[in-house]
Amino acid sequence: MAISVDSTQTNRDFTQKAGYTFTFLSDPNTEAIKRYDLVHQGQGENGHDIARPAEFLVDSTGTVRWVNLTENYWVRARPEQILEVAKTLPN
Amino acid sequence: MQVRKFNWALWAGFLLSLGAFLSYFFVFVWFPSTRDFPWANLLLFVLAIVLLVLGLRRGFSSERSHRLRSKIVSSIVTILGVLVCAFFIFVVFVSGRWLPSSHGAPQVGQKAPEFSLSDKNDKSVSLAELLATPINGKAPRGVLLVFYRGYW
Repeated sequence: MAISVDSTQTNRDFTQKAGYTFTFLSDPNTEAIKRYDLVHQGQGENGHDIARPAEFLVDSTGTVRWVNLTENYWVRARPEQILEVAKTLPN
Repeated sequence: MQVRKFNWALWAGFLLSLGAFLSYFFVFVWFPSTRDFPWANLLLFVLAIVLLVLGLRRGFSSERSHRLRSKIVSSIVTILGVLVCAFFIFVVFVSGRWLPSSHGAPQVGQKAPEFSLSDKNDKSVSLAELLATPINGKAPRGVLLVFYRGYW
């Protein structure tokens, strides 16, 4: 599931173009982004706040099982790395 | 009279430095193995700088006609090529690290903060709902939350 400040319209267009079927959520007012302490101030268009890149794996009880807060914008979690952790989640 | 020869090493080195810069953003960024550490681009920059140095030496050789102009042009082009390389290193290794520290982000073992946001069809979706909605007829074992900068 992906979260950004992009509008629902942007997400509609983008997911259609890219063929993504998982959930894209819009957080234009950085509500969830603030709650996860991921606000990157003034980095968006017209000085709007955006999210810094981050990934969380949450188990079915709502507990965080794995976190990736990259220190460098160009370095991101790899899918195989996340799948490896996902295997350890309880059923 | 001496024949003016084209200083190909100099210009090839300069073009290669531009290519080494642009190819990261247009090509290599799409592959994790060349994105996380830009070794392919750094290799191209090394080649570019070798060519620029060869070109610079040639520009300063006494065999050239228009000796002063040749020196000035080869110096400027070499400096520009090196600046492109320096700018690349700055973008990837320095400004890429300008991210907030996020000390308050939920940690392993903590409860993920609840939220409710609109999906692409303007339908409100909460984390609790995502965790409870069956996928392929089975309860999900978890949810991966990916926060990204946006503006796609």
